[in-house]
Amino acid sequence: MSADAIVHGVEWTTRELFVYPNEFIYWSIQIVMYPFMTGLVAGAFVLSSLYHVFGQKDLKEIAQFSLVFSLALLPVAALPLLLHLQLPTRAMEPLLTPHFTSAIAAFGIVFTAYGLIVLSEIWFVYRGYFVAQVHALQGESALATVMKRSVYRVLTIGAYDVSDGAIKVDKKAATILAAIGIPVACFLHGYAGFIFGSVKANALWMSPLMPVIFIMSAVVSGIALCMLTYIIIMEWQAFRQRRHGGARKASEIKGAETDVITKATRYLLGFLVAAISLELLDLIFRGYTAMKSWDILRSVMYGKDFMNIFVLQYTIGNLVPFVLLLLPGRTMKRTVLALLLVLFGVFMMRWNVVIGGQAFSLSFSGYMHYDIPI
Amino acid sequence: MTCSRRDFLKGVMDRALVATLPVSAFVLLSNDEARAAVEGSKVRWAFLVDTRTCTGCGLCVTACKTENEIPFDAPVTRTWVERYVLTKDGETHIDSPLGGRDGFIDDKIRDEEIDPEDIAKAFFVPKLCNQCDNPACVQVCPVGATYQTDDGVVLIDRDWCIGCGYCIMACPYGVRFFHPEERVADKCNFCYHRISNGMQPACVESCAFGARQLANLEDPDDPVTRIIMTERVAVLKDEYGTNPNVFYLGLDASVR
Repeated sequence: MSADAIVHGVEWTTRELFVYPNEFIYWSIQIVMYPFMTGLVAGAFVLSSLYHVFGQKDLKEIAQFSLVFSLALLPVAALPLLLHLQLPTRAMEPLLTPHFTSAIAAFGIVFTAYGLIVLSEIWFVYRGYFVAQVHALQGESALATVMKRSVYRVLTIGAYDVSDGAIKVDKKAATILAAIGIPVACFLHGYAGFIFGSVKANALWMSPLMPVIFIMSAVVSGIALCMLTYIIIMEWQAFRQRRHGGARKASEIKGAETDVITKATRYLLGFLVAAISLELLDLIFRGYTAMKSWDILRSVMYGKDFMNIFVLQYTIGNLVPFVLLLLPGRTMKRTVLALLLVLFGVFMMRWNVVIGGQAFSLSFSGYMHYDIPI
Repeated sequence: MTCSRRDFLKGVMDRALVATLPVSAFVLLSNDEARAAVEGSKVRWAFLVDTRTCTGCGLCVTACKTENEIPFDAPVTRTWVERYVLTKDGETHIDSPLGGRDGFIDDKIRDEEIDPEDIAKAFFVPKLCNQCDNPACVQVCPVGATYQTDDGVVLIDRDWCIGCGYCIMACPYGVRFFHPEERVADKCNFCYHRISNGMQPACVESCAFGARQLANLEDPDDPVTRIIMTERVAVLKDEYGTNPNVFYLGLDASVR
């Protein structure tokens, strides 16, 4: 192995013109994935809160689903961050000795707080179901059923009261938790934006809009993935119903599905407009004020990264799905395609921030290109 | 009693040797070095670079790599020298092959031949950590592994750094990198192990032209401090509000 190969960044960084000797693409694909995954978590939670807090009844179906979805993604979201560390065995240090002037140090607290809120909210939302299952599975002797029942028993934590009053209290608790959860979810993702936006050394990242842009695109991606997964599950259920000969039931499922998707699409479009507006505002502002860094930023955005930013992100990832979702006569297939493109667009946005922010030298006199090592 | 000339000389030699031994056991400290050695004393380490005398020989880079055990052939370095060639057409050509470690023996800049007739001015700029008063790297470290000492030097605790790279991203001067063997963040610390023991940094020691000098800003009698206080000096990228402590004599506006 040559001496070159062991230097972090050499393998995937191509330099052009003058770049300081120590400059490489230090934050690579893992750091692209981290805000993308966290965004999905935060977005899914915001979607569920639309029902729980703001009483958007039409979202009930997908709201409960997206809450569980948010919890399931949470542990995965931290993985890319962990894998990116040079010394992953020291990953607990930010939790043990957080240095609070650093945005990353808030990670442990925000993640833990968020996890607890989501867990407890899920418990309050599903407690009635747990109790019902414990009663329904009583008396069955098959081993699998017995085990299933004991799992539900554990999940109830001994709270078997399902009187109207108790269920009302559950609902109230879920609403309060969801209300607290919204700012926490926004903070969870806003701080991911802050990690980048507060780096004054980086001309592309440094912007007070960064956390807000991150939150908006997070909600967009979260809603899109929830809708996508929801469609897949509902289609699967309808398919199973048809196979078992329940044709009417299958059409009912499809009808309910279309209803939920139509309503969720409205919110998706709203947040998409907000995200794009903010991003364009940021871009226009940079061009208009034309600070010292604008020359190199312009050459990156309109030149080297034009394909990534304007074609892949704004056109294919934003404009095309926007049109697909707005055009009348929307079918489920078209919706699925639009949702996939939206997710791709948000991914490209993360890519263009993380990798694009390192595409130029701190000297403003050279460029760096990231060749993804496969 | 007889004393031969031989015995006399031997006796003188022995006694002279015994007399000089205890003297050599002491190190003569300069004012600021003596102060640095006394706990609680006021020391603020700073650095003076004279771009007018730097010849781009690269010995400072070699000395630094050797002293601080940075793999010699790795393309990362704690200090480096940049070559600036400004041509009459207003273009600025900059390079720093291997951080200038082997000197600038090739006239070409990135394979581009520049006609000497076209050159308006050319010079070398040594770079190193600025040991900022307000270091962005210290602010962003999530575990506090990088910190500022009382005498102003920013250090890295290799046993506590997690290798997230946030400090590397936060430094506007690009002085930080991942140590190829330790896998933790690394950068110049003015040879803290040397200056705390009354020695000069390796790069200062190796510079034959006096282009690099260490100063204690708290000591008004320090000759280097006096230059910083009385001459027209500049710092790099003051727009970032980091308050750097590496001062430059003869810094050109084209320097990035």
